[in-house]
Amino acid sequence: MSYRNDPYDPKQVALLDPAALAEAVADAGKAFAGATDPDALTALRPAHLGDRSPVSLARREIGALPPAAKSDAGKRVNEARRAIESAYVARAEILEREQAARVLVEERVDVTLPYDRRPRGARHPLSTLMEQISDLFVGMGYEVAEGPEVELEWTNFDALNIPADHPARGLMDTFHIAPAEGSAATSGGPVGSGLVLRTHTSPVQARTMLSRKPPIYVVCPGRVYRTDELDATHAPVFHQVEGLVVDKGITMAHLRGTLDHFARAMFGEGAKTRFRPHYFPFTEPSAEFDVWFPEHRDGPRWVEWGGCGMVNPRVLRACGIDPEVYSGFAFGMGIDRTVMFRHGVSDMRDMAEGDVRFTRAFGIGA
Amino acid sequence: MRVSVSWLREYVDLPADLPTGDLEQALVDLGIEVDSIVDLRTTVTGALVVGEVLDIEELTGFKKPIRFCRVDVGTANGTGEPQEIVCGARNFAQGDKVVVILPGGVLPGNFAIGARKTYGRNSAGMICSAKELGLGDDHSGIIVLPADSPTKPGDDARPVVGLDDVVVELEITPDRGYALSVRGLARELAHALGVPFRDPALAPAPGGTAEPAYPVEVRDPVGCDRFAARMVRGVDPTAATPGWMQQRLTVAGIRSISLPVDITNYVMLELGQPMHAFDAERISGPLVVRRAEAGEKLTTLDGVARTLAAEDMVICDDAGPISLAAVMGGETSEVVAGTTDVLFEAAHWDPVMVGRTARRHKLFSEAAKRWERGVDPALPLVALERAVQLLTAHAGGTVGAAILDIDHVRPMSPVTLPVDLPARRVGVAYSPQRVVALLEQVGCTVVQGTDRLAEDPGEVGVAVGGGDVLSVTPPSWRPDLTDPADLVEEVVRLDGYDRVPSVLPTTPPGRGLTWQQRRRRAVARSLAERGLVEVVAHPFTSPELADQLGLPADDPRRPAVRLANPLSEEEPLLRTTLLGSLLGILRRNLGRGHRDLALYEIGTVFHPRPGAGRPPAMGVDRRPTDAEFAAADAAVPHQPRHVAVVLTGDLDPAGWWGAGRAAGWADAIEAGRAVLAAADIPADRVEVRAAEHAPWHPGRCAALLVDGDVVGYAGELHPAVVATLELPKRTSAMELDLDALPPAPVAPAPTVSTFPPALIDVALVLDASVPAAEVRRALVEGAGELLESVRLFDVYASEQLGAGRRSLAYKLAFRAPDRTLTVEEAVAARDAAVAVAAERFGATLRGA
Repeated sequence: MSYRNDPYDPKQVALLDPAALAEAVADAGKAFAGATDPDALTALRPAHLGDRSPVSLARREIGALPPAAKSDAGKRVNEARRAIESAYVARAEILEREQAARVLVEERVDVTLPYDRRPRGARHPLSTLMEQISDLFVGMGYEVAEGPEVELEWTNFDALNIPADHPARGLMDTFHIAPAEGSAATSGGPVGSGLVLRTHTSPVQARTMLSRKPPIYVVCPGRVYRTDELDATHAPVFHQVEGLVVDKGITMAHLRGTLDHFARAMFGEGAKTRFRPHYFPFTEPSAEFDVWFPEHRDGPRWVEWGGCGMVNPRVLRACGIDPEVYSGFAFGMGIDRTVMFRHGVSDMRDMAEGDVRFTRAFGIGA
Repeated sequence: MRVSVSWLREYVDLPADLPTGDLEQALVDLGIEVDSIVDLRTTVTGALVVGEVLDIEELTGFKKPIRFCRVDVGTANGTGEPQEIVCGARNFAQGDKVVVILPGGVLPGNFAIGARKTYGRNSAGMICSAKELGLGDDHSGIIVLPADSPTKPGDDARPVVGLDDVVVELEITPDRGYALSVRGLARELAHALGVPFRDPALAPAPGGTAEPAYPVEVRDPVGCDRFAARMVRGVDPTAATPGWMQQRLTVAGIRSISLPVDITNYVMLELGQPMHAFDAERISGPLVVRRAEAGEKLTTLDGVARTLAAEDMVICDDAGPISLAAVMGGETSEVVAGTTDVLFEAAHWDPVMVGRTARRHKLFSEAAKRWERGVDPALPLVALERAVQLLTAHAGGTVGAAILDIDHVRPMSPVTLPVDLPARRVGVAYSPQRVVALLEQVGCTVVQGTDRLAEDPGEVGVAVGGGDVLSVTPPSWRPDLTDPADLVEEVVRLDGYDRVPSVLPTTPPGRGLTWQQRRRRAVARSLAERGLVEVVAHPFTSPELADQLGLPADDPRRPAVRLANPLSEEEPLLRTTLLGSLLGILRRNLGRGHRDLALYEIGTVFHPRPGAGRPPAMGVDRRPTDAEFAAADAAVPHQPRHVAVVLTGDLDPAGWWGAGRAAGWADAIEAGRAVLAAADIPADRVEVRAAEHAPWHPGRCAALLVDGDVVGYAGELHPAVVATLELPKRTSAMELDLDALPPAPVAPAPTVSTFPPALIDVALVLDASVPAAEVRRALVEGAGELLESVRLFDVYASEQLGAGRRSLAYKLAFRAPDRTLTVEEAVAARDAAVAVAAERFGATLRGA
């Protein structure tokens, strides 16, 4: 079809006829209803609303009418155009809604497909627990102190009131460092290097007291060594955390309060501690302490947890702290042991062997 | 120490019905660890009765001789008829009294006894051996009761064989030697249970006489501050050790030897005084107590010929050393089968000397154990009296009237104790009366006020003067009580540790973790989140590892700290690299069927200090000066913390999304960069440079540098190393010294421009040997300040580019802080960037 924009000619204003306009509206409605997707609908638009559509051509013919008729005719054309327009929009909305719904169905996937493109790693439970304990004490105002694993015999033993011939020194099953080749081994110490693999984290206490002035509130996590063959319950390398407090007026009640708080933070509000008299050269009075562990896999029970006591004044003096002014407490416990009873690990070797199945079970740790 | 409760009851009035649980709790509260507590009354259930063997029929035709016995068990079996029992033992005869368990009874080990047909006869019950009753290891025959046993058939056999007792096995801490005796344990239990105690050491004993029991000269009163002896002549050498004594020794784990020797052991267990019995006929001339001469020889009772050191103490006769004093006797003077004249010796030795001697000769005898932990020097005469009484009661003989007692023992020093010190140290308001009462209970003599005359060498660290002080003299059996703190412990121990309240101290504000500690955590976490699994390896390593890793002769990782007493002779060294142990764990995992592994460790390595000698000796009577401690510390090996990573198999696994991706050299380097990023080292201070460094593949190894200093290496392992260590091909690794990293700077904030960027890609063609890192640096330098980022997005080589050349394609983003860049500005910046690359490396723009 082609139309020309000719001057007024009654014969050529047939499109302004109300019947013709009604027909155009009806035609458009029918056509739009026949469109089954938004693209098809869009394709129909020029025919019914475009420049050459009946309503557009009708509008052009208005100019050819006598002025009196123009207003009436304009109104009619506009109505027809609005009707077509709204039919179009209505249809478009329906079609777009239908299409969107169809896309959602078509795009459905199996969300249960495993997506482990980078399997997660894991932290070792010993590391995580040492950090957790450190954080607990840091939260209380303590700092984390560290020291070397190959230690002076002096800091590992002598400064801690374990003289060379003390039976306790023999009990420690110590790895001694061989004297450097060519160096003249002197007497003192069974081997003569004056160096050992530290048998406990207590030498860090000595180093801390040598390097800081009281008040001292520190925890010392770390690896320690004893000459035990690796088996289900022993390891030549294991881990401890010790706490040391030196301040004015520190009492054994403070030690107990601290350990009770520690126990509750680690094992829940139901946890508590029990002290048993014991002997450690570096503390006097000394105790071993048990923790009441409500979540034990074999039922609630007391579990041996560690050793503690009031810092022996001899230790304070060897480290340059006046025992007449200051007193202190110290405590320590095995980390491996704690992991074992807390998580129900039955074989110490699992923690040393590094099998990824074991470690992965502990996740990345909070 | 293993001891039966019936023995303890001889000296402490324990309640008759004391439950074993209460006994255990009392011991634990005293600080005595209970290894086991066995109520022998409950170990055998059912009827265990005395039986008399009526007749024995020998059964033949079996593999071993078997006896069919009829045993009178009185009315214990309900019928009064003889019990018919088949028995394999042969050490008994008709008329002997034996121990019979009747059907329905259960022996230790849940061994239920019934009536059954065996060897063709009906056997109802069993005749028991000591071992079957859990009374020892003797299974050589059944128990035959002594002929004069005042028992009759059908009696309960438990009291007869010692199954009416409770046996406790205790762990005694090294400070309390006195608790290694019935006397000490009874005293402690009396404290705990508030019941009467009778001190066997208070038994009357005659004092030393002018005439010695035997001529003795003590030449070293420091090593031996008391030496006492008594003689018993004409004893019956055939006299046997009474059964009750044997039983008690057996419970303690001490083998019965002969009556005189058993008596010395019995008295040691009872009083805590180790003793020795000499055969007076087998020693000649006066005894001399002295230090050994270095190199002197002595064959001890265990049959070992020992070479003595100058510190050891010996007892000698004319022929030389006859006893390694306080530790073990010698063969030549020991009581033997025919001994009739017994010289008992009870001395007091220097605990330090004994400890050294025991360790030197690896002779941790029961005696040495007690000496080292402290023996009451007041005991020798009481112990001798007990020993001679026991010997004459069971073997006759005449006790000599002469008693030797050479006594150089110094009295116990009083300790000055502020009466409020226990309350101040413990946080319990002990009254002065309570403190005094508890110390007196321990056996201390307590006097109000300081004893001005007493010197107080042991006193450490208490404010003396002013206020109420006590002068406390510990009892002779408590040499461990030397300091006020020791007395404080006795007060809190006897008052009860459970009475100590729970109070949180007021902690001053802390500074949190150090930056090094925070960094270590960040690194550990970052690696775990990248999919790596942390391991905690042992640091012991073999001397061969350095060769296996292909380390050059002068590599700083070759010198290693050596253990004097390694667990395994194959691994006497401490690691200088984490890779050895980490690869070991990698291999273990591979052996267990894992294929795709990514492991890391953060741990210490150990480097000896070249030229460092033995650290100078330091005392403990005062703080070492800073210079003294620094001098000692200089001998401690350098122990930096490293982080290492090993990778093998697929890092990205295959899946429904597509193929997997094998880990390789680039992943190892990426792990190194990840560590540096987690450590907050700015990327522009990090450099990755090609390196040749064992154990890495020389063409696939990168040095990681921060501020121009090498901090680690990463890449693929050398194929030879992979082959030697039997690793999967292409295993890759990274190791980096965390302690070598500088602190992270306080990062300056960048200017965030809101103007749009100008993005330009450039592809540079240049010689393939030019490292990409250097090309990038050239582009960055040339581009100037407008360059916001540069990213290599393609590496391409082809024939068209020419052999040995490659194309590196970069995305450059330019942006100005204050305006939208014009095309001309961006192109000019790009050209400047390319110009530097062209000038340095002859790079040309691809397609230009």
